[in-house]
Amino acid sequence: MSPETVILVALALPLLGAIGIVLAGKSPNLREGVTLVTALGLFACVVQLLDPVLTGARPAVSLLEPLPGLPIAFRVEPLGMLFALIASGLWIVNSIYSIGYMRGNDEKHQTRFYVCFALAIAAALAIAFAANLLTLFLFYEVLTLITYPLVTHAGTDKARSGGRTYLVILMGTSVLFLLPAIIYVWHVTGTTDFRAGGILPVGMDKGAVAILLALFMFGIGKAALMPFHRWLPAAMVAPTPVSALLHAVAVVKAGVFSVVKIVVYVFGLDMLAGVTDWLIAIAGFTIVAASVVALHADNLKRRLAYSTVSQLSYIVLAVAILAPLSVIGAVLHIAAHAFGKITLFFAAGSIYTASHKTEVSQLDGIGRRMPWTMAAFGIGALSMIGLPPAAGFVSKWYLVSGAMAQAQWFTLAVVLLSTLLNAGYFLPVVYRAFFRPLSAEAQAHPHGEAPLPIMIALSITAAGTLALFFFPDVPLALAQQLVAVR
Amino acid sequence: MSIAAHLPALQVVLPLISAPLAVLLRRRDLAFWMVTAAAWAAFATAIQLWLQVGASGTISYHIGSWPPPWGIEYRVDRLSSFVLLLVSGMAAVMLPYARTSIEREIPEESHYLFYAMFGLCLAGLLGITITGDAFNIFVFLEISSLATYVLIALGRDRRALTAAYQYLIMGSIGATFIVIGIGFLYLTTGTLNLADMAGRLRGVESSRPVLAALAFLTVGISLKLALFPLHQWLPNAYTYAPSPVTAFLAATATKVSVYVLIRFYFSVFGESLVYEHLPLPQIMLGLSLLAMFGASFIAIFQDNLKRLFAYSSVGQIGYISLGLSFDSVHGLTASIVHLFNHGIAKGAIFLLIGGIAVGIATPGAVAPAPTFDRLAGLAKRMPLTCFGIVLGGLSLIGVPGTAGFISKWYLILAALEQGQFWLVGAILLSSLLAVAYVWRFVEVAYFRAPPAGHVARKEAPLAMLIPAWLLIAATIWFGLDTSVTVDTALDAARQLMGKAQ
Repeated sequence: MSPETVILVALALPLLGAIGIVLAGKSPNLREGVTLVTALGLFACVVQLLDPVLTGARPAVSLLEPLPGLPIAFRVEPLGMLFALIASGLWIVNSIYSIGYMRGNDEKHQTRFYVCFALAIAAALAIAFAANLLTLFLFYEVLTLITYPLVTHAGTDKARSGGRTYLVILMGTSVLFLLPAIIYVWHVTGTTDFRAGGILPVGMDKGAVAILLALFMFGIGKAALMPFHRWLPAAMVAPTPVSALLHAVAVVKAGVFSVVKIVVYVFGLDMLAGVTDWLIAIAGFTIVAASVVALHADNLKRRLAYSTVSQLSYIVLAVAILAPLSVIGAVLHIAAHAFGKITLFFAAGSIYTASHKTEVSQLDGIGRRMPWTMAAFGIGALSMIGLPPAAGFVSKWYLVSGAMAQAQWFTLAVVLLSTLLNAGYFLPVVYRAFFRPLSAEAQAHPHGEAPLPIMIALSITAAGTLALFFFPDVPLALAQQLVAVR
Repeated sequence: MSIAAHLPALQVVLPLISAPLAVLLRRRDLAFWMVTAAAWAAFATAIQLWLQVGASGTISYHIGSWPPPWGIEYRVDRLSSFVLLLVSGMAAVMLPYARTSIEREIPEESHYLFYAMFGLCLAGLLGITITGDAFNIFVFLEISSLATYVLIALGRDRRALTAAYQYLIMGSIGATFIVIGIGFLYLTTGTLNLADMAGRLRGVESSRPVLAALAFLTVGISLKLALFPLHQWLPNAYTYAPSPVTAFLAATATKVSVYVLIRFYFSVFGESLVYEHLPLPQIMLGLSLLAMFGASFIAIFQDNLKRLFAYSSVGQIGYISLGLSFDSVHGLTASIVHLFNHGIAKGAIFLLIGGIAVGIATPGAVAPAPTFDRLAGLAKRMPLTCFGIVLGGLSLIGVPGTAGFISKWYLILAALEQGQFWLVGAILLSSLLAVAYVWRFVEVAYFRAPPAGHVARKEAPLAMLIPAWLLIAATIWFGLDTSVTVDTALDAARQLMGKAQ
């Protein structure tokens, strides 16, 4: 198959999978089989694109043309390649996990769950491969809408109000800020294609550039830059697999991915020189403030959500520094945070499935009953803090190097402070789990590890988190390509 | 002469004849087939005309071979062919739906009258669109309006009568204003042919009778197109009319009125008069904003789903008139595209609501009003219907991938061209109001527990579901591929703007 065909197949596969899931809805085993086969097939497709991209090819396809001169088009470049690899790869693992979780907790409407999941992945891939802003925006909105039923899966009042927050913030920011920004770009340049070095006219008024940047950065609500971060904790009412893959990987990464992509391919790093100070400040503030909230959150998923808010701003911050090295750090962090955070969510879901505990204060001594889960949690935590031998260390290394190269002392201070805060809210969890005695209440309700599919998934992502530290070659190569072609 | 040369006449004549035939035949099945066949023939004609105009330019047809300006001229250009396409297409899709739907909404003995009136209404709307003669516009306007009053009054709810009466009064005032305006123009120019009139108006544009004509026409047409605050008749009419009537009116009647306004502004008065010498754009901008915010805001608090979407229509008409206020190709394009896009989306939604009315009715009884307390948990019983409404709602919001997005794109582009950044914000903010009212439906239908005993799945009959979903599919399609809509609208806008220069 030519790379162009592969793109189309990759985009169509999850859609076909979704149809298959509906048809197989009556038989759960067959239905989950369809999900797994689709996920595997999808990953195989995406991997086929890696070689051409690494050798410098940029396969592209164009579909319909909703507006004259503005087609729905796809073009695979290094950054999108990486995002697609992560999303499709982790979908396999997450599907295994979902089987254990959804059955272990007797969740209802499982067919709808798997269908929406497949469609969400299709949307994420389309975002990854988008060749212009219009395509990106189209699937960005599709992703918001298709994940709405997943967020409100439980159907309770809490789910409904969480869904409201989710929708209002994501839709509101994208419609109010992102859309006018895109139309303004079209108005000024007559194109919305992503091109190396940016598309905005040289010598554009700095004030206009700054406003446009602000519209883009706040318009991409999925990047959870404060004050538009509230949707992410609200989305935690969803079942854990959704939180894990979508709200630690696909959706939020679609956000920061768009940030990086727009900065690199629409503005170009040079264009932004001198107009990103406020962005550095806001990203820095988000990192610290979200960490402080996480420090006080007793609900484990809420703590993880705020940790995500904070970690996403690492990526925005890294891009805002505008140093090539820090952009590499940003790209690597997309991968590193994906693996680390999904592991943490898997662990949280594993704890919930085995023991129905949701609060950090209930976890005393749980490491003795669930050593495997908590070990994985520890690895994820290491990655979040940014310690070797976990993936987070590598990305932070590049981020710090870039900051030093640009003499960004504020950034360094933020990163340092945040590292301490991260340690402050993750290590106590690990400490409680392994070193505190079991509470009397917990002793009365014995339980072991979570079901096997959960454990398999958990181990794979934990191993991946470590592997990315030792073998960061592929993400690194892609990131370097991204920076090199400026 | 071959029949192809007479297509413009057939476009109107076929539905016009089908109506009295339906009355003569009296059997409801025969009446149905008569009018439906005419509607389908009209649709085929419209497609053919649209293709012809696209390929070889404006068609001028002389009724009875009397050359204009003495005889009546039918004139098909890019704009009118596009509106013909919308009107006849809607009728063609909605008639099969109506057949099943009116079983429960209209007493059996008046079915043939329903079809006759539907045929007349269709003929009137097509006539308004195709004619190039000012007085002819008025005649067809009256034909369609009178038929509409009857159609609304056919609703089973007794309030349908007052709604029809209210519309009759308001509509007649509007029609009177229009005829006065046309009278003034005739007085000044001595001709009724629109093209001829436009030529003779050059040089006397600023004379008092012409300005008076402009004022009368603007107010009269604005009444018919329900421009805020002249929309008072619309919510009641839409709420109490039988569902196929609501859908057809929402999709076509106000849209044709918009067409008439555009026609008079750009083809007769000329943009220089309308836009440069008078504060009309400012007034229209203000009223549009009031509609976009006021009506959409009122929509959020409605308890009857039909009334909710009726107010939404008033708000959406605000977008159309906003596009007109810009006096630019992109603004006009936005108006033309939106009258089409909103027509299909709102038509689809009202068709689906008609399905809900059938779904929540107890067998054999009259369909109750679709109020929110009756819609709780509806998505379990009627998943396809509910999902269709959500998709249509997304188009009202203007989510990319739906037709509504395309219109919004051009509106914003037009606002940006004029450097009106605050207006960009206003357009976008108002679309968030649409999120609010659409999501009210979503939360009730999908999250509230259904009333006890109402859990079995029971969709609307296929004969109603298929036409509705056809339009929903069109809403998505025209959001992704716009070679029909945008190309035609851009062409039409250029044609209209160029003519006036």
